Amino acid sequence: MQEIKRKYVVPGDRIVDGNFRPLSNVTKSGNSIFATRIGIAEATRDGIKVIPLSGVYIPRVNDVVIGKIIDHSSLSWQVDIRSCFSAHLPAQDVFGRDFSPARDDMNKQLAIGDLVTARIMAFDRTRDPMLTIQDKDLGKIPRGEFLKISATRVPRLIGKRGSMIQTIEQATQTRILIGQNGIVVVAGRSAEGTQLAIRAIRMVEEEAHTSNLTQRIKTLLNVPEPESTETISEQASPEGQKLEGSSSSIPEAEEQVQEEELEKGDKE
Amino acid sequence: MVQTRSLIDEHGRRTDGRTMDELRNVKIQVGIVKNADGSAYIEFGKNRIIAAVYGPREVHPKHMAQPDRCVLRCRYHMSPFSTDTRKNPAPSRREVEISKVMREALEPALMLEDYPRAAIDVFVEVLQADGGSRCAGITAASVALADAGINMRDIVPACAAGKVDGKIVLDINDVEDKEGSADMPLAYMPHLERVTLLQLDGILNQEEFNECLDKALQGCKMIYEIQRRALIQKYFGDEQELKEES
Repeated sequence: MQEIKRKYVVPGDRIVDGNFRPLSNVTKSGNSIFATRIGIAEATRDGIKVIPLSGVYIPRVNDVVIGKIIDHSSLSWQVDIRSCFSAHLPAQDVFGRDFSPARDDMNKQLAIGDLVTARIMAFDRTRDPMLTIQDKDLGKIPRGEFLKISATRVPRLIGKRGSMIQTIEQATQTRILIGQNGIVVVAGRSAEGTQLAIRAIRMVEEEAHTSNLTQRIKTLLNVPEPESTETISEQASPEGQKLEGSSSSIPEAEEQVQEEELEKGDKE
Repeated sequence: MVQTRSLIDEHGRRTDGRTMDELRNVKIQVGIVKNADGSAYIEFGKNRIIAAVYGPREVHPKHMAQPDRCVLRCRYHMSPFSTDTRKNPAPSRREVEISKVMREALEPALMLEDYPRAAIDVFVEVLQADGGSRCAGITAASVALADAGINMRDIVPACAAGKVDGKIVLDINDVEDKEGSADMPLAYMPHLERVTLLQLDGILNQEEFNECLDKALQGCKMIYEIQRRALIQKYFGDEQELKEES
């Protein structure tokens, strides 16, 4: 098998020839694998994939997203998850099996305009995404500043094992919720902290693909310099837990991997 | 008697000083419309065109949605100030046609089956028109689609070739389009080696057609390199290759 290097690709670029398994954002044609998005191509043990650098959010099962209730019927809420598909949150998911449209007032639980953190329970080509809020850290978001970033920047904002987001949370005394769909809610004790966190998030979004970003974020947030930059995220995690339960954005294992890959790309 | 001026001088130079197989200056900038999901600005000779892509997004009206694939909608429009005499901003017969051929030129490059029940909108706005605005429009639109992060099999560059003063030349400009004898726009996917648009206005014999086709294909390949560079510049800066740690 030939050695495959990570490389920058644009749609149509041939990544590699040979018998490899196409994973995401690639297409196999004949004996070659081609990129279908702008991004960084790389080979893993499972196959070839491209980490995209642009694009709107396309739902995937098990993603944790932040959505806004835009309407409800007698049996479900309609949730805007900032995608080309609007999601459903069944009333039974909130009220339980014995939900009765005649007895229960849906507006009492979730009103139009409310923000919810939810997990995508089911989604495929033929049906709109179905959500659930029956899990730890899911449900209605009571307060916070709302902002939108590109969905492709979410792994970078979370950072390696949540390092980036923990750094921001600690330095600004805020609690930050991140949805895979690029919606971020910042809740802080002080307005200054919240504003600073928002500035840091914006900076991560704009400079996601540049190297040494963590360092610049720390400078922006006036985080004191430890002896080794590597250790700060490790030390940070236990303290982060104390802070109002810390980030409830549960980075999926895959996102972490993706983030690590992105970060590797930045450093190289 | 009508005096027809020569479009190619004795040194083989054209009205704008180009040689037979020289492109006009092409400059592409990516991501200039912040509201759009993807965008591009192209300067193709005197053409100035903005392309903006929205989507995949919800289809309105809903009945247009396809259950198995995404709907691609293109709008080619010339601004009232894009020509020397004011152009009526209402869509003309020509603009409706170009919108259609543009959609058909871009569709084969897109993996529309990846986004069922959604729509992708492509807007191409001509700010200043010179000859070959449909080719420049397709070129810009395909860069904007790549910028929007839509799954694509290939990028589509487009370029025209034609017959002027009995000679086959690359990249017809406005004067050559009006006074020359044939104009052949071509859109081409360089990796897949597939032609997605081929129109011909004028008369060519078999031999001339083949020469014209070859020239236009060469032009497309040159434009592809410019598209690629523009995208890489936007996303990776000056660094063209990913440097590996040894």
